[in-house]
Amino acid sequence: MTDAPKKGWFGRLKEGLARSASSLTQGVAAIFTKRKLDQAALDELEELLIRADLGVATAAKVVAELRRTRFDKETGPEEIHVALAAVVLPILQPVQKPLAFTAKPHVVLVVGVNGVGKTTTIGKIAHNLTRDGKKVVMAAGDTFRAAAIEQLTIWAQRTGASIVSGKVGADAAGLAFEALQKAREQNADVLLVDTAGRLQNKAHLMDELAKVVRVLKKLDPDAPHSTLLVLDATTGQNAIQQVEVFRSVAQITGLVVTKLDGTARGGVLVAIAEKFGLPVHWIGVGETADDLQPFDAESFARALTGGDEK
Amino acid sequence: MFETLSGKLGTVLDRLRKRGALSEADVGEALREIRVALLEADVALPVVKTFIDGVRPKAIGAQVLKSVTPGQMVIKIVHDHLVEMLGQTVEGIDLNAPAPVAILMVGLQGSGKTTSTAKIAKRLQDRDKKRVLMASLDVARPAAQEQLRILGEQAGVNTLPIVAGQMPVEIAKRAANAARLGGYDVLMLDTAGRLHVDEALMSEVAAVRDATGPHEILLVADALTGQDAVNVAQSFKDRVGVTGIVLTRVDGDGRGGAALSMRAVTGAPIKIMGVGEKLDAIEDFHPDRIANRILGMGDIVSLVEKAAETIEKEEAEAMAAKLAKGQFDFDDLRQQLRQMKKMGGMQGLMGMLPGIGKMKQQMKDANIDESVLNRQEAIINSMTPKERRNPKVIHASRKQRIAKGAGVSVSDVNRLMKQQMQMADMMKRVNKLGQKGFMRSLGGMMPGGPKFN
Repeated sequence: MTDAPKKGWFGRLKEGLARSASSLTQGVAAIFTKRKLDQAALDELEELLIRADLGVATAAKVVAELRRTRFDKETGPEEIHVALAAVVLPILQPVQKPLAFTAKPHVVLVVGVNGVGKTTTIGKIAHNLTRDGKKVVMAAGDTFRAAAIEQLTIWAQRTGASIVSGKVGADAAGLAFEALQKAREQNADVLLVDTAGRLQNKAHLMDELAKVVRVLKKLDPDAPHSTLLVLDATTGQNAIQQVEVFRSVAQITGLVVTKLDGTARGGVLVAIAEKFGLPVHWIGVGETADDLQPFDAESFARALTGGDEK
Repeated sequence: MFETLSGKLGTVLDRLRKRGALSEADVGEALREIRVALLEADVALPVVKTFIDGVRPKAIGAQVLKSVTPGQMVIKIVHDHLVEMLGQTVEGIDLNAPAPVAILMVGLQGSGKTTSTAKIAKRLQDRDKKRVLMASLDVARPAAQEQLRILGEQAGVNTLPIVAGQMPVEIAKRAANAARLGGYDVLMLDTAGRLHVDEALMSEVAAVRDATGPHEILLVADALTGQDAVNVAQSFKDRVGVTGIVLTRVDGDGRGGAALSMRAVTGAPIKIMGVGEKLDAIEDFHPDRIANRILGMGDIVSLVEKAAETIEKEEAEAMAAKLAKGQFDFDDLRQQLRQMKKMGGMQGLMGMLPGIGKMKQQMKDANIDESVLNRQEAIINSMTPKERRNPKVIHASRKQRIAKGAGVSVSDVNRLMKQQMQMADMMKRVNKLGQKGFMRSLGGMMPGGPKFN
């Protein structure tokens, strides 16, 4: 069992990211079977990066860096992976930070737009924590979407966490307040607060989120100790906008990137890491409780640029 | 960010002002900017390439309208091509099959399938007077079936009773049976979110399709999707078949390039847009709106069209002849005021410009007074034809008479005269640069605008 999770972790990540990387790898291999890194090759490389959702500006930057260091040099696929990773890694490395639990109860507020996987992520985090013997309380703060409370309740049952829930349409801030009180009473280690999905351009919904934060602070001025923004890897450049707005409304402290088990490569994360420097705690690579993995900059960078997991 | 495209095109095509038709080199440069804009809007790269190849021949040799800039002209051509590719006609959900007509909803996790299912069902029932039954085949996500049941209650649409432990194909068969026996017109099948690379789940949804023979298979796609949209669309098309697309989260501030990617890859029309969280927040697809958003152009296209139809040719030509001599009198100013009013006044004109949305409140605060145009026209109307043609004759007593006639103060008359003088000055200067160039910059000179205060 000691070796299994590590292997499982690596296997899963590899499996998930390999799929993300496969088409890119093929692309890189196709371009760089020993040829000169000339302008045409660099152009094609830039396109590959754009297709990985890096965005036009970031892709151009990465390619410019490559041009500076190895223009017109004879280059094979392996070298190009290494060189690409060398450009991307310094951007991603600083944001690779696990979530540190500092308070008791440590309040984690989970926010994001609709359908990115907030509730599932909370279920997975709870699974990780309870497995480590932590006492977890969940707050079913998505009082808007039909059956969101039921969904989180099932996750509570699966993971052995306790749950505080109210009625549909109840005030999310009030519920969060009550949940923090209960978490204190129960001497819990962590309180995970779910919230309704909201598009960042809906001012009234963002106000509602600000209110949740305000109300939590009445009980504990330091709460929420962590505010996680969940990003969907299939999202394109709008993810930057999401980080920008959620950060200003809810003081985001870290990110979770979900759905990396598909073909989406989440390249926008490079731009986000560069622009905001927010820690990335976890990535989601599947639907089961085990499919939450710590973010590993090196694996991510390597997979993003099509390198294998050697 | 939204103004970047028009800004960039303005720079690229600036020197074009003196020429009438777009050359290949001009177009090539402009299309490079368009390419970046489309990529920034999350249109998938292969689709961007096809698009650029398609629009190039249309743009080369196009005549530039007198009243717009070449940049605006290119945007118009690009926009029209975009609308064409997005699908010009509104195609609704096709129910032309023996009842109960099955509609299968497929898509990635979190794309909005369940909510869209309930929204479409509600609309079919309320607006089209169909009897609709909904069934959730989502046995993967906790409480997903419960979610559809609750939405059904809220929407007043019946849902198939939940039987715990049944697998999707079983549920689908039971649903088809219930729909037949219950005399329903439409059966909506909501499915679990699945990754397009998940072999097992893709086979499962294909099996559901084979068991129920749906007349419509709607791919539900998030408007915020990035480059991956092509992979998703291609896989669902190949493995399940797609007859239409439901585009969700159109109420977000994403640029919506995924719409074009999905449409291009599947060849299936976008039938419905989700525009909010409430159950009635769906709309028919508006290619125009999505095209504008992808280009981030506000409504510059309508501006181009309006400019084209409003500014009558003769008027423009007569004016041009005068201006060739470097004149700009009150007759010309009046004509210009009238043209502006035709185009919806200051607010209307500015509302059509991209990036103005944010400024609307500021504009309100700044109190841009529409009646200024009317007042200025009234002042000009109070002048004699001689005064209009030759403003130099207007001295103190004439000013008083004009002010009285227009119901304004003398200082208002002075202000307008100063404005006319400044414009006449500018005419002379611009005239040296070339007449066509001037015609295009005419729109920029608004009476009462910041330049002339």
